Amino acid sequence: MSDPHSNISTYQPFNYCLHLADNSLIMGHRLSEWTGHGPILEQDIAISNIALDLIGQSRNFYQYTAQIKGQGTTEDDLAYLREADEFKNILLTELPNGDWAKTILKLFFFSTYQYYLYQKLIGSTDAQISAIAEKSLKEVIYHLRWSSEWVIRLGDGTEESRNRIQSALNELWAYADEMFLPSAYESECAKANIGVDVSSLKNDWENKVKVVFEEATLKIPVSKQNENIKGKQGDHTEHLQAILNDMQFLQRTYPGCEW
Amino acid sequence: MVVYNKISGQKIWKILEQITDPEIPVLSIVDLGIVRNVKVFPPTGGGDLEGAEIFITPTYSGCPAMDMIAMNIRMELLQNGFTNIKITQQLSPAWTTDWMTEKGKEKLKAYGIAPPVGKAIDQKYLEELKVECPQCHSKNTKLLSQFGSTSCKALYQCMDCKEPFDYFKCH
Repeated sequence: MSDPHSNISTYQPFNYCLHLADNSLIMGHRLSEWTGHGPILEQDIAISNIALDLIGQSRNFYQYTAQIKGQGTTEDDLAYLREADEFKNILLTELPNGDWAKTILKLFFFSTYQYYLYQKLIGSTDAQISAIAEKSLKEVIYHLRWSSEWVIRLGDGTEESRNRIQSALNELWAYADEMFLPSAYESECAKANIGVDVSSLKNDWENKVKVVFEEATLKIPVSKQNENIKGKQGDHTEHLQAILNDMQFLQRTYPGCEW
Repeated sequence: MVVYNKISGQKIWKILEQITDPEIPVLSIVDLGIVRNVKVFPPTGGGDLEGAEIFITPTYSGCPAMDMIAMNIRMELLQNGFTNIKITQQLSPAWTTDWMTEKGKEKLKAYGIAPPVGKAIDQKYLEELKVECPQCHSKNTKLLSQFGSTSCKALYQCMDCKEPFDYFKCH
């Protein structure tokens, strides 16, 4: 691997940590859009708590990424002052929330993914990445349980709730592939035992979601692999720019603002 | 020198025991197991007190109280003459309620929050648990939501006295 400071954007551990941070930040930001709008108070609190956990996890990754980059970089520089095409989150995380069913299903896919990813990432030879994974996994167990229960409740619920979550599944299924198609930085970090070979998570992920979908009486759609989904490589939908406009507004307008 | 180090260390721990969690003001950060270690190092200049590095760990990754806790530690130690303070966040081993002191659990209960049941290390911490109502002590209670008013709490209701209450999750 190249020297981290000659050209940071080609130093793969930097890109890898940024990817882990971006995934959690964008997912957390999307979930936080429900704060104050949840269907009932308890669920509003639940989804806001999950958003908080994810944003906290992203902060841990950004702080470490900033440390790798050095030269006075801070976590805020990375979250607030990068352009959309520099973000490395998977597209699933940036899709609009839609209705409650679609939000739940996005979170269920993502939590199942993080659940298997972090179990392996604890074995990273990088002590800080391993520590963040160990910490985060305990929280992800709650997210997975909560979102699984909701998938079952909606799928095996009324005709309307079932239709809504089935149509979310039909729409989102194609976005699942991206999680298991490694980018160059994931492959290189997996080889160096810093990261995880994401293709190895696919079987566990599919088995887990199938069990939940069966209980929820949902049908997995037939769809072709979509290899053109490349959020990890910085190729995003227009929705990411809308998130950044909102999230980065304050730091862009008043640079260095604190309160 | 060694003895002096030890006295400063004990003094710092005593000060830290007085600093409470901003969201659960009956618990000190020592009761909660947030303070992991205190390392005392020799004074840098003439007449100064020794410096210290305080290692703290967050309860949950997104816990918004952490920044305030770090600031409160710095302020309290400054007021007691410790000017050379470093606060380091340590993530591993991950925080667990198993580190909460017995004294802390009693204080939680008296405050109306059910303390963690059992040890996170011995069990799958998401199993259904018998949580005792902190008001009437009935064990006939039910989980309303795994997520409560802060990251570390779940929401329960007592089926006997009908009061809803916070449960500090075994984590």
